[in-house]
Amino acid sequence: MGLVLLVVIWLITFISAYFFIAKTWWLPVGASAAAAGIDHHFATTYLLMGVVFVAAQVILGLFAWQYRQRTATTPEAYYSHGNNKLEITWTILTLVLFVGLNFMSSSIWASERFRPAISNAVQVEVTGMQFQWYFRYPGPDGNFGATKPQLQDPSGGGEAALGLDPADPASKDDIVAGTMYVPVNREIEVILRAEDVIHSFFIPAMRFKQDAVPGLAIHLHFTPIATGDYEIACSQLCGLGHYKMHGILRVVSQEEFDKWLAAREAEKQ
Amino acid sequence: MATGEFAARAVHAHAAPTSWIRKYVFSLDHKVIGIQYFFLALTAVFVGMFLSLLMRIHLIWPAASLPLLGDIKPETYLTLLTMHGTIMVFFVLTTAPQGGFGNYFLPIQIGAPDMAFPVLNMLSFWVTALAFFVMIAAFFVVGGAPLHGWTGYPPLSALPAAGPGEGLGADLWVISIALFCLGALMSALNFITTTLDMRAKGMTLMRMPLTCWAWFITAILGLLAFGVLLSAGILLLLDRNAGTSFFVPLVTINGQLTGHKGGSPLLWQHLFWFFGHPEVYIAILPAMGLCSQLLSVFSRKPIFGYKAMVYAMLSIGFLGFMVWGHHMFMSGMSPYTAFAFSVMTMAIGVPSAIKTFNWLGTIWRGRIRFTSPMLFALGFVSLFISGGISGPFLAQPVLDIQLHDTYFVVGHFHLIMGVASIFGIFAATYYWFPKMFGRMMNEGMARWHFFITLIGTYAIFMPMHYLGMAGHLRRYSQLTELNYLHGLVPLQQFMTYAAFVTIAGQFIFLFNLFWSMKFGKKAADNPWEATTLEWTTATPPPHDNFGGHIPVVYNGPYEYSVPGAPRDFIMQTDPATVKAH
Repeated sequence: MGLVLLVVIWLITFISAYFFIAKTWWLPVGASAAAAGIDHHFATTYLLMGVVFVAAQVILGLFAWQYRQRTATTPEAYYSHGNNKLEITWTILTLVLFVGLNFMSSSIWASERFRPAISNAVQVEVTGMQFQWYFRYPGPDGNFGATKPQLQDPSGGGEAALGLDPADPASKDDIVAGTMYVPVNREIEVILRAEDVIHSFFIPAMRFKQDAVPGLAIHLHFTPIATGDYEIACSQLCGLGHYKMHGILRVVSQEEFDKWLAAREAEKQ
Repeated sequence: MATGEFAARAVHAHAAPTSWIRKYVFSLDHKVIGIQYFFLALTAVFVGMFLSLLMRIHLIWPAASLPLLGDIKPETYLTLLTMHGTIMVFFVLTTAPQGGFGNYFLPIQIGAPDMAFPVLNMLSFWVTALAFFVMIAAFFVVGGAPLHGWTGYPPLSALPAAGPGEGLGADLWVISIALFCLGALMSALNFITTTLDMRAKGMTLMRMPLTCWAWFITAILGLLAFGVLLSAGILLLLDRNAGTSFFVPLVTINGQLTGHKGGSPLLWQHLFWFFGHPEVYIAILPAMGLCSQLLSVFSRKPIFGYKAMVYAMLSIGFLGFMVWGHHMFMSGMSPYTAFAFSVMTMAIGVPSAIKTFNWLGTIWRGRIRFTSPMLFALGFVSLFISGGISGPFLAQPVLDIQLHDTYFVVGHFHLIMGVASIFGIFAATYYWFPKMFGRMMNEGMARWHFFITLIGTYAIFMPMHYLGMAGHLRRYSQLTELNYLHGLVPLQQFMTYAAFVTIAGQFIFLFNLFWSMKFGKKAADNPWEATTLEWTTATPPPHDNFGGHIPVVYNGPYEYSVPGAPRDFIMQTDPATVKAH
């Protein structure tokens, strides 16, 4: 029975580890300035934890087999209540490993979340509602116009869905889109809102995720470094259509972005 | 102390009941109540498992129509996951290890005739049972059961207009949880008092089996955590029905104002996770205590580092209240607090690692007997390692950016909080069944059950980590909408097939359980040659546990293979003593 257990535990361990090592399923290709650092730290954590995982399981299987009761005459078990030196060593080692890992990643977290967006970042207000994302750009005046919940009408398209107040002069040049256009290699400041329930704005390729909470406007930033289309998902359970609440982030060159914005402004006038 | 002790005994002694109702239904006997809790959890676990089977079927055959149930719509899928999570966490993982086995064996293991408050004990069970009926009733009301997930984040959970099932079904869900909290609070008081006041002579705290320490610490966690959830549940009920706005700011649903304003959705998350994280330890601590015990019993060796185990459990309990924010790194909470919570969370990994080290140290140079409880205890250690190792990923906010709300999290908590705890419950069942029902369970069936369950659960939950790394979000009823999910469908199929096999394996257990009650081999009083007090009394134990006498304890709980002793174990009550450690 000890041998069966050893084989089963080792097989489970090696098969599990194989798919991690072969990277059969892995993080999606990163396309933001932060992705490299995050992925590197993921790989570090993964390597250290992987070693602990394999070592602990291998020892468990080995001990189960090696210290099985063979016959009635097997010598008695070793009488010991433990070893304080080993306990202390073990405690200190894990403490250093775990808390050390944490401090290693703290500078990435700080640059992602402590630092506000730079002043010339491209501002996009992202609003989640059941089950759609809307993207609003402030227009040439650089100011977002006022919105009023009383004016919200989801059946009337983007601007009406957000309840954009036509009486506010700042709202005149606001652009509301269903696809998120951004220029490549520019920092994007996301202002995240939700109208009804909590949603979560997740762009896997950008290593970007943040809940959109009703009543809060959350400011965050990311910098796309490769052009292309990237999928946006909702990652917080928001109701029956949660699985289909998705969108597209379209990263284009600065010229294309300006052209697109100008065309949308012209449409609006 | 001694006088107080005996006064307490006199007060709590109660005569054996004679009527059937008082004996088996409204019983004051902790042993009957423990069995009642056990069967409540057994019912709940099969309901919860059935719901998960439907989810797995729907994920890979979304168009499949099921007999009796019909089509599974997206909202039905969310209802299934909500009820699966709620039933499993509350009515299985909290109910069986503590309410079931804790109730039955804590008094016996410390040498007490019953729990400190037998009437309160009976009330705890019946309130919990009522909570379960209310929860199940949510399926049958207009609109059906809620879809807001077991975490019930408002505004989704607070607004009837936010989705199907958010009407009466959601009210029943909240009421059920509030009732459950009441039951758990009463039970926690009982466990704490019993442990502190009812120990037999010589049963010092540091001579208690680790199971008793685990139940004691779990009860303290329960006392501090369930009160908070109860308050949060009442506030949510008020938001839903009395027009208050504790958790709901000014929001519109489909363009319509809801009449709420000024509330904070994050307040719920703080209150919920202040309960929710200790709850993880409420589920796993009893399994830790029990598996420590079993590794020692069946390796015929003292536990490696008894005191380190006690201190590790105490620090897990203490730190467990300081880490709830790691569920909220992406919630909109201050990123500075995220950093603090992250450090605390990494720190709580340390006592968990110490325990693993000591488990390995316990079997090291042992003389292992591969009984069914031992197999499940070893399986528990393996699952605890596997489920624990993903913790340091999720504990770091930087990595949580990618992994939060993905299947990586689902894999993590299912392995450690779900399956590892369930292995604890299985181990407890196989270990104590002889004492509870007077017969042995069938070892052959138990081995099949063990290997199917071990391999099966790994096959279900390990691939979830791969899915999560690839960005596969949880709580998605269909995999058709996001393009990057398409390539992951084969893994989902594999997991569903694994679930079929694993679930089939559980019927071996069910069959073995009932078959053995009737046809199992008659059990001796101490079939495992273990040292703790439950093995000194008759099988099954008499109404007052020890048949009129009160045991006196001379030894620690893990005196195995003591050099020079006549046999390889020394009972706790054995006066021919080794030096107490």
